[in-house]
Formats: sequence, structure tokens, C-alpha cells
Amino acid sequence: MRFVNEYRDAATARALAARIAALCEPGRRYTFMEVCGGHTHTIYKHGLEDYLPETVSLVHGPGCPVCVIPMGRVDDAIAIAEQPGVIMTSFGDMMRVPGGRGSFLDAKAAGADIRMVYSPLDALRIARDNPDRQVVFMAIGFETTAPSTAMTVLRAAREGIDNFSVFCNHVMILPAIKAILDSPDLRLDGFIGPGHVSAVIGCRPYEFIARDYGKPVVCAGFEPLDILRSVHMLLSQLAEGRCEVENQYTRVVPWDGNPRALEAINRVMHLRPYFEWRGLGFISHSALRLREEYAAYDAEQRFEVPGVRVADPKACQCGEVLKGVLKPWECKVFGTACTPETPIGTCMVSSEGACAAYYNFGRFTRRRVMEATRV
Amino acid sequence: MTLEHEVDRAGDATRERRVLERIEQLRQRKPKVRDERITLAHGAGGKATHALVEGLFLEAFSNPILDELDDGAVVSVAGGRLAFTTDSFVVSPLFFPGGDIGDLAVNGTINDLVVSGARPLYLSAGFILEEGFSVADLRRITASMAAAATRAGVHVVTGDTKVVQRGRADGCYITTAGIGVLERPVTLGTGQVRPGDAVIVSGPIGDHGVTIMIARGELDIEADITSDTAALHGVVGALLDAVSAVHLLRDATRGGVATVLNEVARAARVGVVIDETAIPVRPAVHGACELLGIDPLYVACEGRFIAVVDGAYADAAVAALRAHPLGEQAAVIGHVTDDPPGLVLLRTAFGGTRVVDTLVGDPLPRIC
Repeated sequence: MRFVNEYRDAATARALAARIAALCEPGRRYTFMEVCGGHTHTIYKHGLEDYLPETVSLVHGPGCPVCVIPMGRVDDAIAIAEQPGVIMTSFGDMMRVPGGRGSFLDAKAAGADIRMVYSPLDALRIARDNPDRQVVFMAIGFETTAPSTAMTVLRAAREGIDNFSVFCNHVMILPAIKAILDSPDLRLDGFIGPGHVSAVIGCRPYEFIARDYGKPVVCAGFEPLDILRSVHMLLSQLAEGRCEVENQYTRVVPWDGNPRALEAINRVMHLRPYFEWRGLGFISHSALRLREEYAAYDAEQRFEVPGVRVADPKACQCGEVLKGVLKPWECKVFGTACTPETPIGTCMVSSEGACAAYYNFGRFTRRRVMEATRV
Repeated sequence: MTLEHEVDRAGDATRERRVLERIEQLRQRKPKVRDERITLAHGAGGKATHALVEGLFLEAFSNPILDELDDGAVVSVAGGRLAFTTDSFVVSPLFFPGGDIGDLAVNGTINDLVVSGARPLYLSAGFILEEGFSVADLRRITASMAAAATRAGVHVVTGDTKVVQRGRADGCYITTAGIGVLERPVTLGTGQVRPGDAVIVSGPIGDHGVTIMIARGELDIEADITSDTAALHGVVGALLDAVSAVHLLRDATRGGVATVLNEVARAARVGVVIDETAIPVRPAVHGACELLGIDPLYVACEGRFIAVVDGAYADAAVAALRAHPLGEQAAVIGHVTDDPPGLVLLRTAFGGTRVVDTLVGDPLPRIC
């Protein structure tokens, strides 16, 4: 398939792998964090780690939108969905995320009208088609998906669709990265920067990471060769003693981001003073809510929202996994009490979650897989 | 690298292996139904379905024939061997490019008999109709059922009709059951599968599932894809005529090729290693799956099957399949190994390796 296959070419990957190996200093170990869950998914789906020397390890960061949703927010959304006349809509990934009282899928089985959509515009269409119902879109995601939520609110306002509202859970990547950088138990050599988020915010906002924390950043695309190239770029920076922000994903990411998308976010949303992240706790100025001008479209104002806070289950170590301190298999409940069928933590739910990706795709020691697949 | 590091890494690898071994042991346990209510995941063909079938239905009905959990039951009657199977169809929409619920209901049951090694003979058809359903549509559906039955040389010999109030069903649901006779001396089943066997798929995968997704019109995607719904008696017959060393046949319906291979790996306690570049997928299906973030390995087919064949006869089997119109793009996609038991591994087109696991649920309910 054109425009995809050229980024998955095995011969190019082998050549790149040799250059990566040549850049590694003997005896030195390298640890890079891929911030974005999309990268985690790509790494496992294509078996990318087979190309990396044993001394280079990738740890999976907090950039999986559903993984950072705290249980209380799921309960709040279900409470809205259970009110009479409400149709709750969200992305498919949200359906199985456990709250304190079960998931959307459980609430749906118990009678709530919860529907999966591929875009907030689909939710708006459902609102248009069902004028006697209240249609709520559970908005999740980083700066990547916030513009489409904002544009949908603007369109609802323009078309006068008043039975549509947004339960806004949009979060921002920079405060999360900062929280990780400030965490004392972390040893990282650099970041593979989130490509889709960067398409909106650009590369400039990451400069503090290189300047203040001395860690190189390479914004990367989502095909496996993009990620291998980014690893090569990070290793080159380290080998040459540079520490800067570089853009591997130039075909999508403009250095200064997408001003129209940023403007849409700014028009419709503003910063919350603080927001709770699953596993990371409360982070100030880390999430968005609808501005007063658009209060009519804010589900938190339109509906009675319990606003309960549910503590993460004691056994759950999602926080450590999200920060890259623990590998998924090092979590106490990984694969035993917490599985994709019965997830305790959010990292086990989304296909972009580190634990689910490892459980579904990587659940085997590399060496044994290599031996089994050798012809 | 310092010695300390070396020791750390060795320790890590051992600890990781222990964790993974424990998980594999847990996965071998009989699944339990912990849910309080049925969710759509229970019907998706993945882990939740397995739990429901093994933890609830099998508990109630267990017997040596059912316990095999094959596509059809093989029973001995009056000195002969019969295959017996049933399947229900709730697809939405009822009509889609390449077919409708009618052909699907007939072909689906025929195929379950065919992959049991049987020649299909008789079908039953049960209809659950919603008050208000169009008679013209019902006529269209029965006409395509009749045509599909004629093509396969089977007869619908018994049936039933129920009508439920408006809103209590979605137009038309069909349940078919079928009986076939085993005339060939072959024994098919997961018990026959052994390391060294070749894994063959009879044609491009994922056509049906992607067609249904697009036919629902929810995705604003247009693509020139039609369902592959077809009765497989002819192409399976061609294979069994040419090669006697066929060990297992499975049609790759709900849950797709990945689910079938996981069932095989688990039941036969073998590993299955497949090669992504060898798996036939139409470009339009590949493209739609890329857009939707779905792996074609999990997308349902309604006219494709997996054959596990003695490795020495792989080429003969592929040649026999390719000589038939329904097997033109048949290909060896992998082989059976002794290690790791119970797991399906994929060599990716990119050149890496990964596990191919059973899905927990399915983002696309009601595809058949």
C-alpha cells in the first residue's frame, strides 16, 4: 500500500539497525521514553525492538489518552449516561475503561444508552437526529483530539444544536512530561516526542526539556521506520554531545504547530486549575474545560455530576508504569489479577496502553520468540 | 558493561520469564464467567465468548462430543458418521454488497459441516421476525437462501417462524442447523495437528467484516469490497481429493484467522508461527483496516478457511486449492511448531516478531 509500505520496509530497517548499533558506546546503556501510546502500539505491533541492541531500551510514557483517565471521571460519565433521555457517546477505547462501579460496557448492558463514535462530529449527528434526547460526548485525549472537540462545539453553536454537550477530559502533554522529569526515580536519556500532539502544538514547546533538563527530544512519526530513525537521531545527539529538540516527523509536524487548531482550542476551552491523572495524581494546569461562553455545551454544567474521587486500587501500579519506572511485567498484578479481560488499571485497557500492548503482543521473552520464529 | 549490570540483566530476564510462565499457567485454567450481565463482548468470538461457552454452557451441557468444541459435532448413527451443527445470524444491515442474511445463514451452516469433513445434506431454518418487517424483504431473503441451498445441493427440510413485538428484535434473525454425512475416511481435528504441519489460508482475508462495516454507512468510507460469503463444499472437496494428509479445517468467521489459530494452538498445545507478508489481504481491505486501526487478522471472513496440512503436502494442497475458483489466492501462511505451546506468533512484514493473541472483545458486533 502506497504511503505506508515505504515506512515499513524491512531492508531499510536492517540498514538503520546497523547504524544504530554502531552509534552505541560499548558498555553504555540507553533508555528512551516514547511519550505517546501510539508509538507504544507501533513498537509492539511491528516487533520493532527486534532491531534494537540489547543495551537500548524503550520505556512507555503517559501519552495514552484512556490510560490517564482517573476512575472517578468514568463514574461521573456513567452517572450522566444513566440520567433519563441521555445518549452518551465516546471513542471505542473508552468502552472498557474501569471506573469505581464498572465500565461503559457494563453500564450499557445495565440499560444506559452508550454509543461508540469515531469522531465528535458523529456525536453531533446523533444529536441532530435525536432532537428529543440529550447527547453527551465524552471527550478524551491530548492536544491531538482537543481541536476536533472544539470545532464540534463551534459547529453545534453555529447550527443551534442545543441538545449536545461535551464532558471534557482533554489533557495536555507538557505538564505530564514535566511531572515525569521531576519524578526522582527516573533515569532517562531522551524522549521520542509525540507526533500527533506535535502536529498541533509544534516542536517549540519541548525546548525546556533539552534546555532545563538536559534531555534530547525527537518528535517522531508513527510508522516503525519513523521510530527507528528517531532512535538513531537521539543516539546521534548523545554521540555528538548535542542536546536539542529535533523533528523527525517533518511530513506532518510544522515546527510551530497548527495555529488554526490551537486557535480553536483557545476559543472554546481554557485551563483547569488542576486535574487528576490516573496514576500520576493531581497535576496543576494540566487539563482543559469549556469556557463560560460555551457553558451551554458543557456537560459538567448541564448535568448533575457527582464529582467523586475514587482512589486507584491499592494493587494497581499504573502510575509507576506510566512514568516508566516499572516495566509492565514488573507490576504486582500484571497478567494475573489484571488482564485485558479483567483490567484493574487503565494501562491494560487501551491497545495503546503499555501493559495491554505488552500482554497482547510482547508477552514472551524475546529470545524464545526469536528461536521459535527462526526458519 | 559492568559485571553488576550483567547480573542485573540476567536476573531481569529470569524474573520476566517466571512472570510470563505463571501467566501462561493461569491462561490454561478453565475460564470463569465473572460478569453479572451479558455484554456485547460475550458475542464477539474472543476471550469473553470463550469464557461464556466454557464456563457456562459447557458446564451445563458437557459431554464428550460437545467438549471437542469443534465447528460441528461428529456423531455415529447406525454405523455411519454424521456431522451436525447450528448457527444463528443477526447481521446488520440485512443486505450488503455480495450477499444478505439469507446466503450467510445457508452458507455459514454448510461451511461448518464442510470443515468437519462432511458432505452437507439437509438444513433447518428458524426465523425470528419483528412486527412490521417488510414481506418484500423477507421474500428477497428466502429467495437468496433457496438459491444458496440449490448451489450447494442441500435442502431446507424443516423450519420455524416466530414474530415478536416491534422493538423486540431488529427486523429478521435466522437460525439454521444442518446435517451432513462423513463419507471420506479422514479424521479432522485439533488432535491431529502436529509440529511441522503447514498452515494454509484459502484466499484473501477480511472481506466480509470490512464490507459490513462499510455497508453500515457510519464511517464515511467508500471502497470497492464485497462480502466473500460462499459455500465451501467444492473447494474443500478439491483439497481433500488431492491431499489425504489434511489434519484440520476451520472456517475463519467471527474473530478471523487470528482467533482460529489461537484456538488451534491452545487445543493442540502447539505453537503457530505465521508470516505477515504471506497472508493474502486485498489492498482495499488493508487500506480500510489501516484507517480504522483494525488488524485484518481479526476480521471475519464468510468464504475462507484455514487448512492445517502435513508439511510435506503443503505445495500439493495449495495447488489443489488454487485450481478452484474459491481458492485462487490460497497460500501457506505459516507452520506449526512445538514451542511455544498455546501461542500464535507473527513475523511482521517489518521484520520483527510479536504475539497474536485472542481479542477480548470486538469493536464490530453483529457481522454475521
